[in-house]
Amino acid sequence: MKSGGSLSIWFFIGISLLVNGALIFARGIYEIIHPPQQQVVLFYLHANVWWGGLLLILGVVYGLHYSPLHQRKRNAANPNAS
Amino acid sequence: MIPALLFATSSTLVHLSGVDLAIIIFYFALVLAIGLYLKEQANTGEDFFMAGREMTAWVAGLAFLSANLGSLELMGWAGNAYKYGILAAHWYWIGAIPAMLFLALVMMPFYHICKTHSVPGYLKLRFGQGAQGVSSISFAFMTVLMSGINMYAMAVVMKVVLGWNIHFSIWVSAMTVAVYVALGGLRSAIFNEVLQFFLIWAGALLIPILGLIEAGGWSGLQARILKNLTELNVPNPGSYTHLWSTLGSFSANPMGINWVGIVFGLGAVISMGYWTTDFLVIQRVLSAKDLRSAELAPIIGAAFKMMVPFIVILPGLLGLALLRDPQGHLLRLVPADLAWSAEGQAQGLHGYDEVLPLMLARYCGPGLLGLGITALIAGFMSGMAGNVSAFTTVWTYDIYGALINKNASDPAKVRMGRWVTVIGVVVSIGTAYFAARAPSIMDYVQELFSFFIAPLFGTVILGMLWKRATPAGGWTGLLGGTLASIGMYTWVRIDPTAVRYVALSMDAQEQAQNMFRALWSCLFCIVVTVVVSYLTRPKPEQELKNLVYGLTPLPKSEDVSMLQSPVFWGIVVAAAFLVLQIIFW
Repeated sequence: MKSGGSLSIWFFIGISLLVNGALIFARGIYEIIHPPQQQVVLFYLHANVWWGGLLLILGVVYGLHYSPLHQRKRNAANPNAS
Repeated sequence: MIPALLFATSSTLVHLSGVDLAIIIFYFALVLAIGLYLKEQANTGEDFFMAGREMTAWVAGLAFLSANLGSLELMGWAGNAYKYGILAAHWYWIGAIPAMLFLALVMMPFYHICKTHSVPGYLKLRFGQGAQGVSSISFAFMTVLMSGINMYAMAVVMKVVLGWNIHFSIWVSAMTVAVYVALGGLRSAIFNEVLQFFLIWAGALLIPILGLIEAGGWSGLQARILKNLTELNVPNPGSYTHLWSTLGSFSANPMGINWVGIVFGLGAVISMGYWTTDFLVIQRVLSAKDLRSAELAPIIGAAFKMMVPFIVILPGLLGLALLRDPQGHLLRLVPADLAWSAEGQAQGLHGYDEVLPLMLARYCGPGLLGLGITALIAGFMSGMAGNVSAFTTVWTYDIYGALINKNASDPAKVRMGRWVTVIGVVVSIGTAYFAARAPSIMDYVQELFSFFIAPLFGTVILGMLWKRATPAGGWTGLLGGTLASIGMYTWVRIDPTAVRYVALSMDAQEQAQNMFRALWSCLFCIVVTVVVSYLTRPKPEQELKNLVYGLTPLPKSEDVSMLQSPVFWGIVVAAAFLVLQIIFW
C-alpha cells in the first residue's frame, strides 16, 4: 500500500518511531546508571526505558516491513500486486 | 541567537535536554523531507488538491481524524475536562461517533458519486452559486480563525512549558506547515497527518497510564476528585466523573447543561454539522480511492476517536485529582484571562488549558518530554495543515475559480494553490493573537462552529434528502441561520440575562450556550429553507441526479466478506460507543 510515491507512509512512520524510540531508550538506560537529582513523579518505573523500547521495536518492524528493499522484493515476487 | 529567543522567560515548567531537542529537530526535518519527497507528485489540480483520489481507507481514515486532532484538541479538551469534568467526553462520543457513522454510511455515497472537490462545490451543484458563495466565504473565514487558534494553543504550550517566545513558536511552526503543504499539497498534508497521528499517541499515551498508576486506578481517581472538590467547596463534586446521570437538570452539573443540549445541540447539530459538512475533515475522505474506502475511512476514524478521551479527557481529570502546588496545597487552575493577567502571573496561576503540559512535566523526564512536546507540535501542525489545505482548495475552486477567474487553467490553479497556502498561513498568524483573548480555547472554537457549521448542516442535509429544496431556499436558509447565530451571540454579549432565552437557563456556561445557539440556528436555517423553497420554483429533477436521495442511483455493495463490509464495522463501532456510555453513565 503506497498511497503516494514509491515510499510508503508506513515506512516514514517506522523511521520516526525507530529514531525516537532509540533516543528515549538510550536516555532511560543512561538515567538508570546515572540517576538525575531532580526526578519526575514515578521515576522509579523508568518509563523511558520500556516506552522507548516499545517504540524502538515498533519502528524496526514497520521500517523493515515497509522498506523500499522489502517492497521491491515483494513486487518482484508478485508483479500483479499494486 | 536562538537560545535567547527560546528562553525568553524564566518561569518555565521544564527545560529541554539535548535528547529532547534532538527529537524535536528530527521531527521538523522529517516533515520537511516528506514535503520535498512528495513535491514531484503534486503537479495537477487533482494531485495537489485531492491527493490524486488514491488514498487507502486506513490512510484517509487516520488523516480524517488527525486533521481534527490539533493541539487545541489536546490542550483545549484537557482544559475543558478539568473545568467541566467527564462531561467533556461527550464531544468525543455522542458529539462525534454517530455523526461519523452517518457520514460513512449515508452521506459519503453522495459526496463520492458527484465527484465534488469540496463541500461548497457540492452546494454549487445542488443549490447554485449563492449557497456556494455564502458557504465558501464563511468557511474560508472560519479556517483561518481556526488556524490561528491552533497556533495560539501551540505557542502557549511552548511558553508555559519551555518559556519559548510566543512569536518564535508561531512563526517557525507555521512556516514549516506552509512549506510542506505548498510543496506537496493535500498528499503531503495527509502523509504528515498520519505520521503526526502516531506521534501524538506515542507522546501523549504515557500521561494517562502513569496518572492512573499514581491515582490508584479509575476508582482511586474518582475518590480523589470527590475529596479535592469537596475540600474546595465546588458545587456538585460527584458530577465530575459521571457522563449522563447529572444531565437531568441545568444546575446539577458543572457545565450548566441538560440532556437536551447534549443530545440535540451537540449530537444532532454541532457534531453532525462538523463531521459531515466541515470540508477540513471531508477533504481527507474525498481523497479515498473508491467508495468502499471512502465509507470505511470515517469508520476507522470513529474507532480511534472513541479512544482519544484516554489521552485528552483523562489527563484533565487526573489534573483535578493530583495537581498540587510546590507547598503541597491543591492546585486550582483558573480561566486563561485571569492566569495571563499581571496579577495572575505574579501569583503563579495556571490556566485550564495548561493542565496537559502540567501533567506532561509531572511524569516525563528527558526524552519522553521531547516526545510529548513533539506530540503537541505535531497536533498543532496537523490541525493547521488541515485548515490550510482545506482553505486553499476552497479558495482556489470556490472563490477564485468560481467568482474571480472562471477560466483558470489547471496549472494556474495549482500555482494559485501554492501561493494561497503561504498567504493563508500568514493571515492565520494574525488571528492567533485574536484567539488569545478567549477565556478558554474550546469555548472559542465552539462559538465559531455554532456560527458557521450548524446552519451549514441544515442546508446540506436538506439538499441531500429533500428534492423540493430550491436554490433560493438553500442560500437564504444558510445565510439566515448564520446571521441568527451571530445575532444570538451578540444579544447575550450585550444583555447577559438573554442567556435564559438562548440557552434556556441562567446556569448555562459558555459551552451550553454554544450548543443551544447551534440548535436554534440550524432549526432557523431549516425553517427558512423550507418556507422559501415552497415559495420558489424547484430545480428540474434531471438536474438533481446524483445529488439528492431518491434521484441518485447508489452503486450496489461490492461482493466483499463481512470483515471488509463498512456496515459491519459501523455496527461494531456503534456497539462499542453504547458500551462506553453505560460504563461511564
